[in-house]
Amino acid sequence: MSMTLDRPTLDSKTPEGPLADKWDNFKANERLVNPANKRKFKVIVVGTGLAGASAAATLAELGYQVDAFTFHDSPRRAHSIAAQGGINAAKNYRGDGDSVHRLFYDTIKGGDFRSRESNVHRLAQVSVNIIDQMVAQGVPFAREYGGMLDNRSFGGAQVSRTFYARGQTGQQLLLGAYQQLARQIGIGNVRLFNRTELVDVVNIDGRCAGIVVRDLMTGEVSSHSAHAVVLATGGYGNVFFLSTNAMACNVTAAWRAHRRGALFANPCYTQIHPTCIPQSDDFQSKLTLMSESLRNDGRVWVPKMAGDSRAPQDIPESDRDYYLERLYPSFGNLAPRDISSRAAKRAIDSGQGVGPKQNGVYLDFADAIGRLGRNVVAERYGNLFDMYERITGENPYETPMRIYPASHYTMGGLWVDYELMTTIPGLYAAGEANFSDHGANRLGASALMQGLADGYFVLPYTISNYLSQWLNKSIPDTSHPEFARVEAEARDRYHRLASIGGTRSPDYFHRELGKIIWDYCGMERTEAGLDKALSEIPALYEEFSKDLRVTGGEDGLNQTLEKAGRVEDFFELGMLMCRDALEREESCGGHFRAEHQTEDGEALRDDENFAHVSAWEWTGDAKQPTLHKEPLAYEEVGFQTRSYK
Amino acid sequence: MSGTLKNLTLKIWRQSGPNDSGRFDTHVIDEITDEASFLEMLDILNERLVESGEDAVVFDHDCREGICGTCSLMINGQAHGPERATATCQLHMRKFSSGDTIVIEPWRASAFPIVRDLMVDRSAFDRIVESGGFITAATGGAPDANLTPIPKPVADAAMDAAQCIGCGACVAACPNGAANLFTGAKVTHLNLLPQGQAERYQRVENMVETMDDHFGSCTNHGECEAACPKEISIDVIALMNADYRKAKTINRKSLSRA
Ligand SMILES: Cc1cc2nc3c(=O)[nH]c(=O)nc-3n(C[C@H](O)[C@H](O)[C@H](O)COP(=O)(O)OP(=O)(O)OC[C@H]3O[C@@H](n4cnc5c(N)ncnc54)[C@H](O)[C@@H]3O)c2cc1C
Ligand code: SF4
Ligand code: FES
Repeated sequence: MSMTLDRPTLDSKTPEGPLADKWDNFKANERLVNPANKRKFKVIVVGTGLAGASAAATLAELGYQVDAFTFHDSPRRAHSIAAQGGINAAKNYRGDGDSVHRLFYDTIKGGDFRSRESNVHRLAQVSVNIIDQMVAQGVPFAREYGGMLDNRSFGGAQVSRTFYARGQTGQQLLLGAYQQLARQIGIGNVRLFNRTELVDVVNIDGRCAGIVVRDLMTGEVSSHSAHAVVLATGGYGNVFFLSTNAMACNVTAAWRAHRRGALFANPCYTQIHPTCIPQSDDFQSKLTLMSESLRNDGRVWVPKMAGDSRAPQDIPESDRDYYLERLYPSFGNLAPRDISSRAAKRAIDSGQGVGPKQNGVYLDFADAIGRLGRNVVAERYGNLFDMYERITGENPYETPMRIYPASHYTMGGLWVDYELMTTIPGLYAAGEANFSDHGANRLGASALMQGLADGYFVLPYTISNYLSQWLNKSIPDTSHPEFARVEAEARDRYHRLASIGGTRSPDYFHRELGKIIWDYCGMERTEAGLDKALSEIPALYEEFSKDLRVTGGEDGLNQTLEKAGRVEDFFELGMLMCRDALEREESCGGHFRAEHQTEDGEALRDDENFAHVSAWEWTGDAKQPTLHKEPLAYEEVGFQTRSYK
Repeated sequence: MSGTLKNLTLKIWRQSGPNDSGRFDTHVIDEITDEASFLEMLDILNERLVESGEDAVVFDHDCREGICGTCSLMINGQAHGPERATATCQLHMRKFSSGDTIVIEPWRASAFPIVRDLMVDRSAFDRIVESGGFITAATGGAPDANLTPIPKPVADAAMDAAQCIGCGACVAACPNGAANLFTGAKVTHLNLLPQGQAERYQRVENMVETMDDHFGSCTNHGECEAACPKEISIDVIALMNADYRKAKTINRKSLSRA
C-alpha cells in the first residue's frame, strides 16, 4: 500500500467537441450518483467563503453528507464579504452587445492569453445562472426605477455587465450563500466546524482520504475522513504582508495540499489593484481598497511637473496629466488593473506622486459632481467616500482621493483540471484557491463570479464523476495509521513553533518577508531582483527558525501561534513565487518582467515559449521545486496582442 | 495633516477563559500617529507584548474595512467607540487626544460568553439565521432574475436592512442584551422582497422564538440603533413585531387546516 502519489500528470480532462458544446458534452457523459445513494458519500468542504458556502450548501441540497470547516467564528465572515464593486454576468440586460462569447473573450484577453479556454468558456456560460440564483435567494441587487436590475461597467470591458448591491456586493452575495448554508446546517445536512483550521491533508492509496485540523479554541489536533475534499480557502495575497485582503487570509490550506502532492500553478500571477488608499506609515497593518467602480466616474491624474507641491485645487488643467485617458483613449480610466497599476507606478517613480509621502495619484470626482450632481455621486459611491474619509480624514467630495496600487488578488493557485480536481485524486480546489480562470490577470467583478460558478454550478456536477466509483466500497477512516502519523507531524510542528524561544514576533517576520516580495516580486520584476529575493528569503527564514518568539503555549486559543504557522507557509510560497517569476521570461498580465517590454513600456508576451501553465511540484526542498507545463492552445480566439489603446 | 498622540493609557480587559473572573491590565502607549487605526494600535501593543515574553491580547478582527462584523470592542463604555456609524476597525486615533485614558472591554451580554480577553462567542446569531433567516431556493431552477421586477424603493429598503454586519454591538449596547435589531434587520430584508413572501410568517415566527431562547427581551431603549455601525433603523423591529403578531394567527390557521 502506498501513501505517496504517483508522479503527477497534467491531464486537463477537457471534454471533446466545439468549445461552446464542451460543458454540455461533459454533463451528458459524466457518471452520476443517484439521489438515494448520495447520502452514502461524505464530502468535506474547507472554507465557507463564496466558493465554499455555495458548494457546501448545494452538495447538501443534493443529498451528500457535508462537513464544512472554517477558521472564522461564522461562515458569514469570510473574506468574500469585503468585495465592493460587483459581479459580472453575460445577461445582456442592457442590450449593449454583451453575450457569453463576449464575456468569454474579454476574460481570455484580460488574462493575457494565459488561461485555459475551456474553463473560461464554461464560466461565461454559467455566469447567467448565478444572477438568477442569487436573486431567488433574496440578494438585494441595485435596481432601476422600473424594477429591473441595474448594471455598471468595470475595467477591461466595453459593455455594462456588472451587477452590484451598493458598494457591498460581496457582502450581499456572501450573506446569500451563508443563509443557504445556514438552512442546511439548521436541518442537519451540513455539520459546521467553525474556528477550526485545516493544517494538513491526508492521502492514502493514491487518493485524498481526509484532512487534519486544529481546533483554534482548544489547540486540539484531530482527523476527519471523507470520500472527497474541497478546498475553497481563498487566495494568498497576504504574502505581501500589506494587502487589501482580510487580515486572516493565508495560504496554509493550499500550501499543505501542495506539500502533499497537489501541484501549484502560476504562483507569480498576482494582481496589484490600482485603487487602494496609499500607505500612511510604516507600522500599518493593512491597506484598504477603494472599489474599481469609482473609475467609472473618477478621473485619474498627476501633476505634469515632478515634485509639484501645490494643492490639487490649485493645479490648473493645463498642468495636469490625465495619463490613463492620454495613453489608453478607448478604455481611459477603465483600463484593466495591471495596466493602470503600472501606469501609476511609472508616474510615482518619475516623481509625480502626490500626498504627504508622494506615494499616490489623484482620483478626482470634481467633473462627475459637476455633471451628475453631488446627490447622484453620493448615491453611487457614498459609502466608499465615507470610508475614505474615516481612514484619511479627507473629504473626497471636496478634494480628490489619493490612490496607489496594492496587492489584492492572486490568479495563481492549486492546479486543477476541467473538473476542478487537483493532481491529488479526490481533492478539489474552488474559488480563489485554484488557478483556473483568470490567466495572468483577473478582470474586475470576475472573482465573485468564478467563486459562485465553481461552488454552485461546476463542482456539484463534476464531483459525482469521481465519487461514483466509490459507491459501496469501503474507504479508510480516521483509525487508519496514516491519519495518526499526519496528526503527529502537525502537533510536532506547532510544538516546534511555540518553543523556538527567540525574540521576534510572527508579525515582524511577516512584515520583513512582505517587503522582500513586494520589492522584487511585486509590480515589476527583474532577473537580478528575483535572484536577490531567492537568497534573502531563505536567510530570513533561517532567522525565523531561530529567533521566532511565540508566547501563550500550544494548548488552547493562541492567535500568535496561528499566525506563526501561516507565516511559515508564506515563506515557502514566497520562494515559489520568485522561482516562478524568474522562470517566466516574458511579461504577461500581472507578471511584468522589466527585461520584456515594448518600446512604450507595455508587457511583451512570448507565446512561442511561454504559452503554458507553470505547475510546480513540491520535492521536499523549497529551493528545488520541479516544473511541469500544461500547454495552452486557443482554438476559438487565437493569440492576439492585448491592447487597450 | 497627520499629528502624533502622546501618552495614552490603555486599560484592557484580560480574562483567561469563560470561568475566569477577569481584570483590567494597564498599558501605556508613549507615542502613536493619529493616522493609525485603533486596531493598529493594538497590533503594535501586541507585538511589544510578545517580544517581551507576555501573552498577546486576544481580540477578534478580520476585514478591517467595517464589513465583516468580526471586530467587537467596548471602548470607553461605547460599543465600537466614539465615532458614529463606525465599526471598531474603522476607528482612527485622530478621534482621541494625547493623555487620554482608554478603557477597552469585550461585548458584555449573557448570550455572548467571553472566550478570552476581548473575544466573545457570537454563535447565537448563527442559530437565529439557521432557524429561518433565508429564502429557500435550492441551487438550479431559479427563474430569470428580471422575471419579477422589484420596485426600487422596496429593493432599497431591503438593502438598508440587509447591510447588518452581524457584529453584535446592538446586543452589547442594550441594557437587556436583546438581539431585536439584528433579528429585525434580517426579517425585514427578507420579508420585504417578493421572493421572501412564501416563508414570510413561518420565518418570523421561527426567528423570533429562537432569538427569545438566547437573548433578553426588548423594552425599546433604542441604544441598539445608536450603537449600530451600519445605522440600521429601529423601524426594523416594528416590522418584525407586526409580522410576528400576524404570524401567530396565520401560522395557527394554516396548521389547523393541515
Ligand atoms: C477588498 C476586496 C474587494 C474585492 N472586490 C471584488 C469585487 O468587487 N468583485 C469581484 O468579483 N471580486 C472582488 N474581490 C475578490 C473576491 O472578493 C475574492 O477573490 C473572493 O471573494 C474569494 O472567495 P473564496 O470563496 O475563494 O475565498 P474567501 O472568501 O477568502 O474564503 C476563504 C474561506 O476559507 C476559509 N479558510 C481558509 N484557510 C483555511 C484553513 N486552513 N482552514 C479552515 N478554513 C480556511 C476561511 O475561513 C474562509 O471561510 C475583492 C477582493 C478584495 C480583497
Ligand atoms: S444590527 Fe447593527 S449593531 Fe446589530 S449586529 Fe447588525 S450591524 Fe451590528
Ligand atoms: S474587522 Fe471586519 S468589521 Fe471590523
